[in-house]
Amino acid sequence: MSFEIRAKFRVDRNNFKLDVDLTLPGRGITALFGHSGSGKTTCLRAMAGLERTRDGYFALGNEVWQDEAQNRFIPPHQRALGVVFQEASLFPHLSVRGNMSFGEKRAPLIERRFALPQVAELLGINHLLERPTTELSGGERQRVAIARALLNAPQLLLMDEPLAALDIKRKLEILPYLERLHSELSIPIIYVSHAPDEVARLADHLVLLDQGSVVASGPLKEVLGRIDLPAAFGDDAGVVIEARIAAHEVDDLTRLEFPGGHIFVSRRHEPLGTPLRCRIHARDVSLALVPQVQSSILNSVAATVVDLGPTDTPGHVLVKLDVAGNPLLARITKRSAENLQIRPGLALHAQIKAVALLA
Amino acid sequence: MESSDLGAVWLTLKLATIVTVLLLIIGTPIAWWLARTRSAFKGMVGAIVALPLVLPPTVLGFYLLITMGPNGPVGQLTQSLGLGLLPFTFPGLVIASVFYSLPFAVQPIQNAFEAIGERPLEVAATLRASPWDTFWSVAVPLAKPGFVSGAILGFAHTVGEFGIVLMIGGNIPDKTRVVSVQIYDHVEALEYTQAHWLAGGMVLFSFLVLLGLYTFNPARRKTL
Repeated sequence: MSFEIRAKFRVDRNNFKLDVDLTLPGRGITALFGHSGSGKTTCLRAMAGLERTRDGYFALGNEVWQDEAQNRFIPPHQRALGVVFQEASLFPHLSVRGNMSFGEKRAPLIERRFALPQVAELLGINHLLERPTTELSGGERQRVAIARALLNAPQLLLMDEPLAALDIKRKLEILPYLERLHSELSIPIIYVSHAPDEVARLADHLVLLDQGSVVASGPLKEVLGRIDLPAAFGDDAGVVIEARIAAHEVDDLTRLEFPGGHIFVSRRHEPLGTPLRCRIHARDVSLALVPQVQSSILNSVAATVVDLGPTDTPGHVLVKLDVAGNPLLARITKRSAENLQIRPGLALHAQIKAVALLA
Repeated sequence: MESSDLGAVWLTLKLATIVTVLLLIIGTPIAWWLARTRSAFKGMVGAIVALPLVLPPTVLGFYLLITMGPNGPVGQLTQSLGLGLLPFTFPGLVIASVFYSLPFAVQPIQNAFEAIGERPLEVAATLRASPWDTFWSVAVPLAKPGFVSGAILGFAHTVGEFGIVLMIGGNIPDKTRVVSVQIYDHVEALEYTQAHWLAGGMVLFSFLVLLGLYTFNPARRKTL
């Protein structure tokens, strides 16, 4: 499956403006990231057809669901898409199974790709099928809502901050299921979020929205590695690196390898070769001109300075580095940058104080 | 109890049952429209439906009598269709009762539809349910308490009407003489014993209806 999603919407209400023109990959998870009021939810609702925008255009490959230039607007119930809202919005008059078959019954037979037991298994809700929806926890409700959407045989899954209403424990409970959707299904997902962690963990493609306009759109690694977008993430600026478990060492450390070097993390339980996504915050990276041998910091990689840019505080700069093709960001004080004469092209060593493992 | 009393009870129940069914059929689309519309006419239609709540039944009965009478538009229509005239017939009484009890059925159903909110209907649409499908598979089941309240209130209110029956139906045994009129007749004739039986029965009936409504449907109490 290799098609494109084209989305063009314009909304101009009293105190709200949205003007987006996006081309998104027809596979993987695309995150729409922005603060509240940035227009990401409106964008999602427009894609679903729940809101009709003037000058709107929305197409999934060759299938055009909205083209106002041709006065074409397919209503939501005739679009093969699933929506998972922030609150699970299960039908209270139906059981868990009833909610799931509501979706399944209305999917045309030839389009159905999964059976109910299969989806229940995928989302770990087998044991809940006969329960009334009022007896479920927030995380369980959300998983049922996802199952209901999947059984409706969508060609596109839209998720509007599906984890925002959950506490951290429930979030951690549901994230692995979202990753399974990602790895086991070929349905493209558009995922609205204002949580940098979720985006870094799940997304393949990232769209940054601010006050109704697109600030950046591109592959996750590329967008996270840009230093001209300091406002978007603020203190949370950082990159994502796809690594692989290379060795479990005797002193309870695990060695992860990625093109450009290796990093040590606390012992992992996954087998050798397992891919892991790591997030490295710019604030956790310091720079040294010579390799530091007399240091407690274990992780150090050779890097080249690409560019410098402003960050959230005036006393700091954001340094973009290249580590064998992988972007890496470091947030250091202006004074250090001047003392070390950091400039594009300089080869140095990046010391990584902390790595967040995302899977 | 005399046979004329039994006849009046039977006629009252028949009238109330038919009127309740008609109220649900007519009231549901009106309630749905009132609950969902953003039309400028919403206020006007809502006010017209609610008029019987404040008008004396004689006023409503008077205008219905004129409209359905030999010179009224409805009267001329029914005559040209060979149906004769509606006033002082059972069908005429049914029509008048539907108008008179309409707000009692529409308002609880409308409140229940409004309480559902936008979200369940949107979810249904994203699950490929057409608006018609969504209405039957989501809106109606979720508004069930409103339908129960509306049906009970419509039924009870029809049983309890008096003024409009006198205006439209008159006092014809087994055709339009319902319990409330029969009580009036007994009192006029100073037959207090018979009046007691029927009046006491009405008190008991009304109490049981309200008790049922309050016991099984506590959430809807405010719609009364």
